[in-house]
Amino acid sequence: MHLSEAQRAVLEGDSGAAAAKAMEILVALGDVFDAPELLPVSSVQVAGVSYSNLGDEGLAYLEELAVDGRAVVPATLNPAGMDLRSPERMGLEESFVRLQRRVIRAYGRLGIAAACTCTPYMAGNMPAPGDTLAWSESSAVTYANSVLGARTNREGGPSALASALTGYTPAYGLHLDLARHPRIRFRVDAHPGGARDWGLLGMLVGQASEGQVPLLEVAGARPDLESLKALCAALPTYGGSPLFHLVGVTPEASRYPAPREVEIIDEALLEGAREQTAEPAPAGAPDLVCLGCPHATLAEVRAAAEQLRGHRVAVDTWICTSRPVKALADELGLTETIESSGALLLCDTCFVVAPLKGRYRYLVTDSAKGRYYASGHGAMDVTLLDASDCLQVAILGRLP
Amino acid sequence: MKRELNGRVIRSGRASGDALVSTEPISFYGGVDLDTGRVVERGHPLEGELLAGRVLVIPRGKGSTVGSWAILRLQRRGLGPAAILCERCETIVAVGTILAEIPCVDGIRPGDMETGERVLVDGPLVVLGAGEGRGA
Repeated sequence: MHLSEAQRAVLEGDSGAAAAKAMEILVALGDVFDAPELLPVSSVQVAGVSYSNLGDEGLAYLEELAVDGRAVVPATLNPAGMDLRSPERMGLEESFVRLQRRVIRAYGRLGIAAACTCTPYMAGNMPAPGDTLAWSESSAVTYANSVLGARTNREGGPSALASALTGYTPAYGLHLDLARHPRIRFRVDAHPGGARDWGLLGMLVGQASEGQVPLLEVAGARPDLESLKALCAALPTYGGSPLFHLVGVTPEASRYPAPREVEIIDEALLEGAREQTAEPAPAGAPDLVCLGCPHATLAEVRAAAEQLRGHRVAVDTWICTSRPVKALADELGLTETIESSGALLLCDTCFVVAPLKGRYRYLVTDSAKGRYYASGHGAMDVTLLDASDCLQVAILGRLP
Repeated sequence: MKRELNGRVIRSGRASGDALVSTEPISFYGGVDLDTGRVVERGHPLEGELLAGRVLVIPRGKGSTVGSWAILRLQRRGLGPAAILCERCETIVAVGTILAEIPCVDGIRPGDMETGERVLVDGPLVVLGAGEGRGA
C-alpha cells in the first residue's frame, strides 16, 4: 500500500506511540486486502465498549493508548454494558460498574465521545452522502451505506479506533464501486407493516443472500425511519451484506446494473416468518420485555409512553435509546410517563451488550436482530412481536 | 532437513515453537477459552489443544471481530500462541496479532507442515526443523 510522507512519519512514531500503533494496524489491513492507499475519513464509530468483551487486558491496552493517543476526527462509541448515569437500576455488580466506567474514561482521554449508541446518526454523528467513514456497529454501518449513501466497511473495534487516531482507513471493500454492485435481486410481493415486519424482511433477505449485496424492490413501500433502522439491523445479523440497495431509498440504487434473476418474497413467506418468530416459548411467562434494538427513535419512545400511560408493567421492561433522544423525552415528559409504569428508559446500553446472561430466561422484543443475539449468545427463549404487542405483554405479564 | 518458507509479514517479529496445525479456521472469540487458552469449539480439529507457546498454523480466523481483543487477552495472560501463520489473513487475526504483538505471517498453508514440527518465525521467513541442532 502506498503511504504519503506524512502517513509514513506517523507509522514511524512522529505523532506518538498510539498513532504509530494505529497506523501499523491500518497498513496491515491495507496489505491484507490489497488496498492501494489510505482514504481520509470524516467520522468514526467505535465498537468494543462493553467491559465484558474487553476484559482487564483490553482495558489496560486502551489506557496505554490514552497516554498519547488522541482522536483526530469526530468519533462516538457503540453501546456499553450499562446506563452510564444510572447503572444501579440495572442490577449490575459493583465491580463491573467500576471497570466499565474506567473503559469509558479511557475512551474519553482518547477524545472519543461517550455517546454510546448504535444509532450515531441520531446522536450527533451524522454523515453526508458520499462521506468516507470507519464505523463498526453493523446496523449503523448498514444504515450509513444503504440509507445515507455514505461508505464504510464493517470495522472491528480496534481498526475503527485506529482510524479515529489517524483519520484514515484503507481503500478496499465497500469504499470501492466494484464491491457495491448488487449481486442478488429480490422483489417483495408482500406488505411489511412496521418495524417488526421490516426486521423480518431483513432476516429473510440476509438468510437468502449469503453475503452478496442485494437489490430490493418493495412495490409501493415508503418505509419510515424505524422500519429502515430495523431492516439495517436484521439484514447483516442474519448473514447479509452491510450494504443493500433499496429502490426508492438508497441514493445509489440505480447506479449499478441490476442482476437479471429475481427472487420473490411473497406474503406467504413473510407471514410464515411472522408466525414462526411469534411462537410462545414452550414453558413459562416472559421475564423481560425490550424495545430499542437498535436504539429507539423519539417516535418509538413517544408511542411507548402513550401506551404505558396509566398502566403498571408486570415484568422487567427496558426501552433502550440514545442520550440525545432521552434528553428530548425528558423534556417532553415521556420519560416520567414511561418510568411511572415501572418500565425503564435506559441510555448508553442495550440488552444485547449488557451482561445479562443467566439473569433472564424469556425475552419478548420487536427486534429481529435482538432475537438473534438473545437466543444465541444470551441463551434466552425469544418471542418477536410488534412493539405495541410487546408492551401489552409487559402490562399483562404474559402473552395475550 | 531444514526447510524455509517465505511469507508476507503481517506483524513482524521473531519467535519459535512447535507447530499446531489446523485445516479449519479458528474463532478466537467463543472458540477459545480465555482462562486456559484451550480450543473449545465443538468438533474443531484442534478441540482440546492448548495454544500457549505454539506456532498456530491456520487457513484464517473466523467469527466475531471481538476475536482481535481475545488474541490480546490470551497473550497478556501468557496463554497466547508464540506466532500465527495464516494461509490468507483477515481482519481478526491481522488486528489481533498487532494488538498482542505476536509475530504473524501470511501466505503459509496448513499443508506446509505438521503438528509438532519445530518452527522458527523470523520476519517473513518461516524455518521448519529449526532448533533440532542437526540439520541433517
